[in-house]
Parts: sequence; structure tokens; C-alpha cells
Amino acid sequence: MERLELINILKNCEFKIDAYEGIDCVTVLVPKESLFSFLKLLKEDERLKFNMIADITAVDYPEQKPRFELVYHIFSIANNIRIRVKSRVEEGDSVESVTSLWKGAEWLEREVFDMFGINFKNHPDLRRILMTEDFKYYPLRKDFPLQGIEES
Amino acid sequence: MGIESHLGIITTSLDKVVNWARKNSLWPMTFGLACCALEMMVAASARHDIARFGAEVFRGSPRQSDLLIVPGTLTKKMAPYVIKLYNQMPEPKWVIAYGACACSGGLFNTYNVVQGVDKIIPVDVYVAGCPPKPEALLRAIVMLREKIVKESLKDRV
Repeated sequence: MERLELINILKNCEFKIDAYEGIDCVTVLVPKESLFSFLKLLKEDERLKFNMIADITAVDYPEQKPRFELVYHIFSIANNIRIRVKSRVEEGDSVESVTSLWKGAEWLEREVFDMFGINFKNHPDLRRILMTEDFKYYPLRKDFPLQGIEES
Repeated sequence: MGIESHLGIITTSLDKVVNWARKNSLWPMTFGLACCALEMMVAASARHDIARFGAEVFRGSPRQSDLLIVPGTLTKKMAPYVIKLYNQMPEPKWVIAYGACACSGGLFNTYNVVQGVDKIIPVDVYVAGCPPKPEALLRAIVMLREKIVKESLKDRV
């Protein structure tokens, strides 16, 4: 599948999205409300078949509102094409977990929760994955000092 | 040390003979944290012949080890386990901090790295380098042997 073909399919879907050709793959901006149903469409549509989750991560823009940008990288083995899905999330918001679509998303979402403090609804086991259980902060937020905060 | 050859007796001090035995059988623990561990493995290879110092027997259990080589970056999540391993080693025991990370945190001056193994357990010899060559580990073992010779049973039970 070619990138333009993918963009055309996406532009004709039911969701209000912004799809464009990014620097390395097709990039889509999706509002938070329709994020889960859009990802479900990517996976279950007969033409698209995005069946492999490659990465879930986030970016912190402390001066912007909403603060976080959630980023999904998904690969379609059948069509040999990648897609990047972005969605803006405010601090304290909950996002629907995609573990029901891709099992491999479980640890990726745990990492995003650990590093940024973004909550995922209906996640089977949302615990910290890299930091210790008693750690109170979210280290990849821009306002977290690199050398950590001394425990008093 | 005197040798009374006609009687078949050697007279010496207990310190000397015990330290002689200890320094010639420094059994390290099989333990690695990061890339420095690979240099430690090379030091155990035939080329470097670590058996010259009686330290070739890398034990799989802390209960059988005399020497804890800490090779690599010690994260805060790993720190409780290193303390546990150290406490499981029987006395007498020694520690080598192998590489910049183990000595001082190295280039990882960050929230998740212990800034030097000596923050959590006592260290006998520090080895600089990123990573240090296997020869540096042999040098550290030689220094540790020199330290062991000076010890007295009175100080360490």
C-alpha cells in the first residue's frame, strides 16, 4: 500500500481527523474522544489491517494546553506500511487502553503511565514498570529535575 | 618466618599464614550489571590468566564468594539486591568498584542511578575507566592482595 492511498482511505473515514504525510510515515492527529474507536478501525478494517503495535510513547509540552501528546506507532504486516497516531491529552485525563486490540500494548502503556502519569482506563495491570513502586514522581515530565528530587 | 628444617617445623604468625591463604584464594562472585561486566568476563579468559592470583573461581553463589566485583551502572532499583547479595557473603569479604559508574555514578548523574557503590556498601578498591581494561581488574586484584596482607585478625573476625 502506498502512503497516498492510505491517506485517502483515512480521509474518507467517519472520524474528524487530520491525516498528512509526515517525515517518515503517515501521521494522523486524532481528538482524544475518538482515539480508541479510530485505533479500532485501523486494526479491524479489511483494507488497513494494522495488526502490530510498535510503540506507545508521549511528549510533554508544559507550556501548551492540553499538556501531553500521546503517540502510537502501528505497523500493518499485510500492507507493509507504518502509521503514527497522535492525540493531545491533558494532565489527569484518562485514555482508553488499547490492550484489548493489541496485547503488546500492555507494557508500553505501563511505561507511559510510569514516565508521564497518563492513566489508561481498563488496563489489566497498570503499575509502574521501570521505577520502584514507592516512587512518587513522573520522571519524563519536563518539570522533573534530571538529578531527581531528594527524599526527605 | 623461620624454617626449622631439621625438625620439620615452620614458625610464623597466625596473621601471616591466614592472610597468605586469603589473598591466594580470592573467589569472586559471578555478578555483572552493565557493559563493564563484559570486560570482567574477558579478564577471566585464558589470555589474562586471572588464576595467577587465585581468583579464577567465579562462584555462582554469594555464600561461596570472598570478592564482590561490582561491574557497571548501579540503578536505584537494583541497589537493594546488591545490598542483599553483599550481606549474604560470609566474612571476610571485599568489594571492588569496577568502572566509572560503580565508582561515582559515571556519566549518569541522574535520578535513577546510585552515585557510587560506596553509598550503599563499603568498597576496598576503585577501578577507573569507562570501561576499564581487563588489565585494570588484574591491577585491582593485586592492590587488594597488598591490602589483605596488611590486615590483622584482630581487626576482622
